[in-house]
Amino acid sequence: MADTITAPHISGHADHHDVDYLHDGKGLKSWLTTIDHKRIGVMYLWSILFMFFLGGVFAMLIRLELLTPKQTIMSAETYNKVFTLHGAIMVFLFIIPSVPAALANFVLPLMLGAKDVAFPKLNLFSWYIYMVGAFLAVGAMVTGGVDTGWTFYTPYSTTTDGSVALMTFAVFVLGFSSILTGVNFVATIHNLRAPGMGWFDMPLFCWGIYSTALIQVLATPVLAITLLLLLMERTFGIGIFDPKLGGDPVLFQHFFWFYSHPAVYIMILPGMAIISEIIPTFSQKTIFGYRAIAFSSVAIALVSFIVWGHHMFTSGQSQLASAIFSFITFFVAIPSAIKTFNWIVTMYKGSVAFNAPMLYALSFLLLFGIGGLTGIFLGAVSVDIHLHDTYFVVAHFHYVMMGSTVIAFLGGLHYWWPKMFGRMYNEPAAKVACALIFIGFNTTFLPQFVLGSRGMPRRYYNYLPEFQFLHQLSTVGSWILGLGFLIMAGYLFASLRKKMDAPANPWHSRTLEWQTSSPPITHNFHEIPTIGGGPYDYYRPVGKGRNA
Amino acid sequence: MSEQAHSKSHSPLPYLFTLVALLILTGVTVGASYVNFGSSTVNVIVAMLIATLKASLVALVFMHLRNDKPLNSIIFVSSLIFLGILLGFCMIDVDSRERVYPTGLRQVDPPAGAAKAAPAPAVPAPAKH
Amino acid sequence: MSSHSPEVAEHRFRQHHFVTADQQLDTSKTGMWLFLATEILMFGGLFVGYGLMQGVYPEAWVAGHHHLDRVLGAVNTVFLLCSSFSMVMAVHYASTDQKSKTVMNLGITLAFAFAFLVIKYIEYSHKFHEGLLPGRYFRLAEVGGPPQQAMFFGFYFMMTGIHGFHVLIGIILIAWLMVRASRGDFSSAYYTPVDLIGLYWHLVDLIWIYLFPLLYLIS
Repeated sequence: MADTITAPHISGHADHHDVDYLHDGKGLKSWLTTIDHKRIGVMYLWSILFMFFLGGVFAMLIRLELLTPKQTIMSAETYNKVFTLHGAIMVFLFIIPSVPAALANFVLPLMLGAKDVAFPKLNLFSWYIYMVGAFLAVGAMVTGGVDTGWTFYTPYSTTTDGSVALMTFAVFVLGFSSILTGVNFVATIHNLRAPGMGWFDMPLFCWGIYSTALIQVLATPVLAITLLLLLMERTFGIGIFDPKLGGDPVLFQHFFWFYSHPAVYIMILPGMAIISEIIPTFSQKTIFGYRAIAFSSVAIALVSFIVWGHHMFTSGQSQLASAIFSFITFFVAIPSAIKTFNWIVTMYKGSVAFNAPMLYALSFLLLFGIGGLTGIFLGAVSVDIHLHDTYFVVAHFHYVMMGSTVIAFLGGLHYWWPKMFGRMYNEPAAKVACALIFIGFNTTFLPQFVLGSRGMPRRYYNYLPEFQFLHQLSTVGSWILGLGFLIMAGYLFASLRKKMDAPANPWHSRTLEWQTSSPPITHNFHEIPTIGGGPYDYYRPVGKGRNA
Repeated sequence: MSEQAHSKSHSPLPYLFTLVALLILTGVTVGASYVNFGSSTVNVIVAMLIATLKASLVALVFMHLRNDKPLNSIIFVSSLIFLGILLGFCMIDVDSRERVYPTGLRQVDPPAGAAKAAPAPAVPAPAKH
Repeated sequence: MSSHSPEVAEHRFRQHHFVTADQQLDTSKTGMWLFLATEILMFGGLFVGYGLMQGVYPEAWVAGHHHLDRVLGAVNTVFLLCSSFSMVMAVHYASTDQKSKTVMNLGITLAFAFAFLVIKYIEYSHKFHEGLLPGRYFRLAEVGGPPQQAMFFGFYFMMTGIHGFHVLIGIILIAWLMVRASRGDFSSAYYTPVDLIGLYWHLVDLIWIYLFPLLYLIS
């Protein structure tokens, strides 16, 4: 098989005739008018990291308040606003855009051997839409806040005071950013793969992003119309969701969760996609079960659309609907399990290195195992009757959203940090931060499973004294977690002040983004590469196969 | 194969025929609305069938789906399938539980300045389903 | 794919990250279809809500229907269908290097679109006058009949309003196309914007094809 690669520049530094993308054009205006997917990815990265910080501050405030039953640092009304804003910021402003907009925007075209995404100007436009949405959301926060919970259930959300309209409109706007990113990625993956790269030659990261993009395109519009209906209900009293006016509040929940359940797969699929890259690289071994993982990604995306009612078992939904949704929910776990087993087997007899990205990937395997399995408990109607709206649910979704997606995101951030910024981060500091985050995370959230199963409701400001110890343990965990993140911020920013010393391929990976300089030139490759092998051909010695 | 390479050779006549067909079908729709086909469900189905026929003509001919890459048709049809999922599961729920009808409904007062409305009568008896 | 000669002549609007003009057109069309899919799902959500509530309050829905003028609705349907025809003719002429006919057909499309909005304005004025307004603004005392007509008109205004908003966006886009077409931007080598906006306009028509019977005709 002819193995040719036509990307000639694999030296660590940009050739002085070709400036790297970070230095190609200086000044704020060159960044704000860029259509380079790498720059747009970096702009998204800073935006979402800021939002993560903001959401994290709200989280720390929640945990501080819960140190004691009754008032600790804020009133009950303020507490309702704080947990609502924590949820809304983390879901809509941080986690949904995180991997797709910040990391995939950067990495996807490189992995495909393309010069950019399909619609570069649309990409920039989607960042601006995100910024408008972020601005509106912050506006909602400072003009009185929202106390409905991030789920905006009616009729409370249609009748309560507060900046519900502004926040709803902010989320509406943010949805379009997500939709346009999804459109861009589907078109890119279909049409911009390098010559010779078939669907089964592209890295599994791309399959994960493709599946995510499918959900972004199909599910988000329903959120848009739901929020619009909510807005109209608040403004005109149409009555579709308000029982006093003859409406059906459960209908709101159907519409809301039709998007929001697939949305959680928008969150986890990209995380899984990152794990599919990190594990083969740091095991220096081909992924086990490429096609199984690829098809599982698509299967998760599709099945995610028919299980939303498992959020509504106690809502007044009919027993028939509950039974159907519960039954299908068990199936959605199967592709996730397939992937988990395949990742584990990939490491077997591999040459495993424990750099920070791999430590995050290993954490993911454990924490996603816990998060995913506890989801199954909740999928059983009879069990969920007891656990719904308790801390068990809070723990479950933090294990999957934070313990899995955020952990995977951090793994990806460290993995691609040298590629994006041309510098290596401080590895020992990274290991310390990872340990603190792992310990802090589990200390925060493992007790919450216990709290929930013993009856502690979620979103409650007061609680019975018997729950205090576990709440305090959880709060201490949040401090350890916060410390880990502070250390991480410290060494990552410190690395940016160094000169660019990263090699093109510090992790000896076989995917295409590593076959160009760190950081890449603006046009990614000097010539579109021709593909001669698979993305995980670690069994070929270096020098043959797709890497020159 | 992109449609652009074919564009020089094809005639616009099919577009005209399609327009005529669409206008005729519009007439049929309006006419059919004066006929009661039995139950309101059947009336809805008839109207939706005619609408779907018109929509298919627009999609296949005006939007060039019949000459285009299959991917675009798959995208179009998928959106309809997922819409069907939303409708289908909501209907399963709504049709399998009792509706609780509020009584003593009162029209919500409009904001100050607009005309005040008189209280509404109670909700009529629920429809059979 | 990059090694064979492009099927279509090069043009000055080819973007750097596409290898051939063909690839650019194909990708752009797929991108537009993906966007149309999102529009279908967004409007579709409204249809689903409308349909479910109709099942709950059939008498209110029937009473609401009777306040709508099916003649005006039918005329609007005809306007949109004709505008779809003139739009696809504009695409055809753009792709066959017939500049003046392109501009003319875009103009005809605009005219029909404006006519649609004029009729909508007439309908809306009538509704305001009669008290047939959404939600809490519905003047039940004046209108009489089941109170859930307020919900019906909430849907009516949302569905036709959002649709009308899309007609307005279409008008702006088609006007922009007319300007570009008369500048000579389009040819058989490059008519992508006309094609894409044509697809958008057909979608606007498609949605009305369903809106018309559901709102005006079913009883």
